[in-house]
Amino acid sequence: MSHIVNMILKRIALGILTLFVVSLIIFLATELLPGNFAQEILGQSATPETVAALRRQLGLDQPMHVRYAIWLTDVLRGDFGESLANGMAVSELIGRRLGNTLYLALYAAAIAVPLSLALGILAALLRNSFFDRFANASALTSISFPEFFVAYILIFLLAGAGGAFPSMANFRGDPSFGEFLYRAFLPALTLTLVVTAHMMRMTRAAIINLLASPYIEMAHLKGMNPMRVIVKHALPNALAPIINVIALNLAYLITGVVVVEVVFVYPGLGQLMVDSVAARDMPVVQGVALVFAAAYVFLNLAADVLATLSNPRLVHGR
Amino acid sequence: MGLFTGLFWLAIAVVLGLAAGWVFRMAVAAASPRPIARELRTAPLTASFGMLIILIYVLLAVFAPLVAPFPETEVVGTEYQPWDNVHLLGTDNLGRDMLSRLIYAARNTVGIAFVTTALAFILGVMTGLLAASVGGWVDQVLSRAVDVLMAIPALIFALLLLTIVGTSIVNMILVIALIDSTRVFRLARAVAMNIVVMDYVEAARLRGEGLLRLNLREILPNAMAPLVAEFGLRFCFVFLMISALSFLGLGIQPPTADWGSMVKDNATLISFGDITPLLPAGAIALLTVCVNFVVDWQLHRASGLKE
Amino acid sequence: MPDTDDILLSMKDLCIEGRTDEEWLDIVKGVDLELRKGEVLGLIGESGAGKSTIGLAAMGFARDGCRISGGEITFDGIDMRKAGEATKRRLRGRRIAYVAQSAAASFNPAHKLIDQYSEGPVKHGVMSRDEAESDATDLYRRMQLPDPDSIGFRFPHQVSGGQLQRAMTAMAMACRPDLIIFDEPTTALDVTTQIEVLAAIRDIVEQFDTAALYITHDLAVVAQMADRIKVLLKGEEVEESDTRSMLANPTQDYTKSLWAVRTHARLEQPPVGEGRPVLSIRNVTAGYGSVDVLKDVSFDIHPRRTVAVVGESGSGKSTTARVITGLLPPRRGEVLFNGEALPPDFRRRSRDQLRQAQMIYQMADTALNPKLKIRELVGRPAQMYLGLRGKALEERIRELLSLIEMDPDDYIDRLPSELSGGQKQRIGIARALAAEPQFIICDEVTSALDQLVAEGILKLLDRLQGEFDLAFMFITHDLATVKAIADEVVVMKDGVVVEKGPKSEMFQPPHDPYTELLLSSVPEMDPDWLTGLLKARATAADG
Repeated sequence: MSHIVNMILKRIALGILTLFVVSLIIFLATELLPGNFAQEILGQSATPETVAALRRQLGLDQPMHVRYAIWLTDVLRGDFGESLANGMAVSELIGRRLGNTLYLALYAAAIAVPLSLALGILAALLRNSFFDRFANASALTSISFPEFFVAYILIFLLAGAGGAFPSMANFRGDPSFGEFLYRAFLPALTLTLVVTAHMMRMTRAAIINLLASPYIEMAHLKGMNPMRVIVKHALPNALAPIINVIALNLAYLITGVVVVEVVFVYPGLGQLMVDSVAARDMPVVQGVALVFAAAYVFLNLAADVLATLSNPRLVHGR
Repeated sequence: MGLFTGLFWLAIAVVLGLAAGWVFRMAVAAASPRPIARELRTAPLTASFGMLIILIYVLLAVFAPLVAPFPETEVVGTEYQPWDNVHLLGTDNLGRDMLSRLIYAARNTVGIAFVTTALAFILGVMTGLLAASVGGWVDQVLSRAVDVLMAIPALIFALLLLTIVGTSIVNMILVIALIDSTRVFRLARAVAMNIVVMDYVEAARLRGEGLLRLNLREILPNAMAPLVAEFGLRFCFVFLMISALSFLGLGIQPPTADWGSMVKDNATLISFGDITPLLPAGAIALLTVCVNFVVDWQLHRASGLKE
Repeated sequence: MPDTDDILLSMKDLCIEGRTDEEWLDIVKGVDLELRKGEVLGLIGESGAGKSTIGLAAMGFARDGCRISGGEITFDGIDMRKAGEATKRRLRGRRIAYVAQSAAASFNPAHKLIDQYSEGPVKHGVMSRDEAESDATDLYRRMQLPDPDSIGFRFPHQVSGGQLQRAMTAMAMACRPDLIIFDEPTTALDVTTQIEVLAAIRDIVEQFDTAALYITHDLAVVAQMADRIKVLLKGEEVEESDTRSMLANPTQDYTKSLWAVRTHARLEQPPVGEGRPVLSIRNVTAGYGSVDVLKDVSFDIHPRRTVAVVGESGSGKSTTARVITGLLPPRRGEVLFNGEALPPDFRRRSRDQLRQAQMIYQMADTALNPKLKIRELVGRPAQMYLGLRGKALEERIRELLSLIEMDPDDYIDRLPSELSGGQKQRIGIARALAAEPQFIICDEVTSALDQLVAEGILKLLDRLQGEFDLAFMFITHDLATVKAIADEVVVMKDGVVVEKGPKSEMFQPPHDPYTELLLSSVPEMDPDWLTGLLKARATAADG
């Protein structure tokens, strides 16, 4: 048992290390910014004196490693600096929108995960049937669609003239939970459609991969019915790949929200990121990128730990 | 248009598409030498349809100036003209011919995506094979570096890098190729790892073959099948990513015609029930679907032989 | 005439097809079979004989890509071809059980042994869960598994291969079926483990008076287990009779040829003088990580001699080969070639040193690059080491192909996938010869081949040794091969050389205890061999 605790602790340490290196990359990226950072903020008309003053104020006159240490300790305290565009605290900008983005991703995941697992298992059970082929072809098709295409088709069909749902996610006036579900329905549906297809295909593949195993044949030869063979004999062994599929897609949701938020003018992190990139508002871009990367690293970490725990070879040593 | 009418037309389109695929498969099979023809006949209709459409895209991209009725960037009418006899698909937000820009975009978007994928592949496959065939610390360093780079979501990383280097086509190609090459590296290394443990590679090493010949003659030929399929998948991924960036206004910049930004520029029309802005999005989707169909067939063939 | 009421399973004119690329090919072509209650029928044949397919067909089961295309299968009056899936499911596990070749792969890694044992009886409504558990313990004890009370609560990966195979036989017995299909149950095991499993299987089948189909490619094994034997070749029956008369006087040429396989013997070579050995392994200790796989191993190989290195899995015989080739530099000790120390790492060896020692692999499938033609596979060493180009190279490749008895015109431009298993192994030999070496390591070169094909390969190697003055190191676990080809024998166990010496001495007593165990565990073509051996071992243990 101590063996597996060790493995998991090592994996967590690796996750933290990864996050640390990611923060370093994100910080260094800013350093590569061509041109003078302070000059860029103040514009071409600034005098050398004001530029130098700003540099001192931003701490840009310090050596790089000192600035990284200061930046990292600030970030760990939750201080991401101030926006160059409007002078607001980046943490406040992020904090307000992080919730919105998380709600949207959870909303989509709550529909997509159960749906795609059920469809994937069903397709594996009925493989090579008409249902399987149809599900596969439609999954392949929807994987191929850019998110904004799916989004605009949904707007075209379900919003607009005589449509039932709003095409813009308007959160003014602190909506109730039911109201939120209604207003965020189209963005959530778009995300669901995009990830369900992928998750379903990979669940199906993970199970079908196992169906060729001798122990599955053995289960058939013991007279077990097909449903029991899948649920009792294939599924426990497919857990690790399926957990990975789910994590991969939840991580994909994080990236997917960027485009979807822009289409639906949804006040989330993605929207903030895109606006800041356009304005080259570096502190905000850094902060948002760090939050996205942290979520990504955490999901992968959770998936690895869960997959380890689902493997009897690792849980019960020799 | 009701949902059912829509579904009806969709069904008609699917049937016509598959029929076109069938005709295409027969025509090409009849024109090719025997071994190729035999393999082509095993292609499912979806893959045949896919190959037909990819061929059409390529032809459009190559002969864009001959096919397009108007120049790419010239304003030839008023804004948002509806479909008529002169401008078959109307005009865009600046009054440029929609159809012509759609055709030119085939050249721009597909060409850029292809170049980017090719770059990512050259980089990813070379490092992947190197890591697998040399092993030891070379493998450790490359693999850990890739792990860290892959810990940042691709689109977010691209946005971050583009903020720094600025949005231009060359920058975008380099940034996406770099990010995507990490994914290619992972696959190339995994595939090569399975080959490196084979006795024939051991035999070649013991014979005293150099690293170059080991990779080119022993490993690469046996890794080709999965790598080719992966190229298709990566192309789709890169293509969608470039489209997404362009859609966000951070990718291919105006006035170059490009499907992603065409959707963005004309999106307002959708609220008025006009489907024109969906056409470039549909063009992206169609090509990706078709490449996926062909890749799916190839993957199925590669794995089917083992079963 | 046997009483027809007694017949448990009958097959008439059974045909089974398998699909390769869009085409259906016949795998089983009209086989008849009858099995009485409590009888054990041995099905024997080489790979591709269709014996496993017939075994599964007895359960009304066909693997993916196979279909039963004709004939009748009747189990105790039930037509298995017409029976619905539900009917067949009630029979499977309950009245007909199956024991697979690889127990390690056939136990579900996610569940404990006893859960997998109980599943059948509980789901078929034969016993309650508690009854099944106590029954399992009882059967584990009868199968002579260690810790029968607790072994069931382990996961498959926590139990050794031989024990798993016995646990699987116990599982098959769970519902006390009328018929068990044994599909090569001991093929994957070492000889000393095989004995225990064979004895346990035979015991339990006798105790419960269960009928069995025993499928194997090993004649000596089937002779111990079966009342009758049916010989199959390429999906057709060759002959069938009761075990004793089949062994005493086989009537068909094919059956006789199977018997004849074990008779090839190399001429006795004169004893080695004081001459310098080609290869000398001196006090080698080597291993991976912190584990020593080889401990102080030393032996010599002289010109024109074949040294067989014998041992079971994990004995270190393949690791010895890796040390010699330089893939695994030893921790201590050295390898001398013609009296000169070889650099431990192959990357530091000269081209000539690499050329002089060649290797032939066990799996010809993975030893030949599937994307290269025979021309390049065989020609590359000649081109690289001897600098042959153009016409000279072409001539040499043709000469080598003739040497291994393959027609150059026919084969030179083929890919490995267009060859049979034996032909691939011959190409492996030609590739080794192309380097014009003095010394060749043969790593289990015949163990993946059918007996007749293996025989051909051994004869070829024997001939080439004489023609080119080669020294061979023959790694094998099969003592019959040792008898056939070796001049000297090195017996290894757990990384240590247990015994070494000329073959004539090795097969004469007195032996080292392990060599004795190894030698006595090799099944013999005598139906009373297993009974006799177990009796002898029991008396030895008592005395």
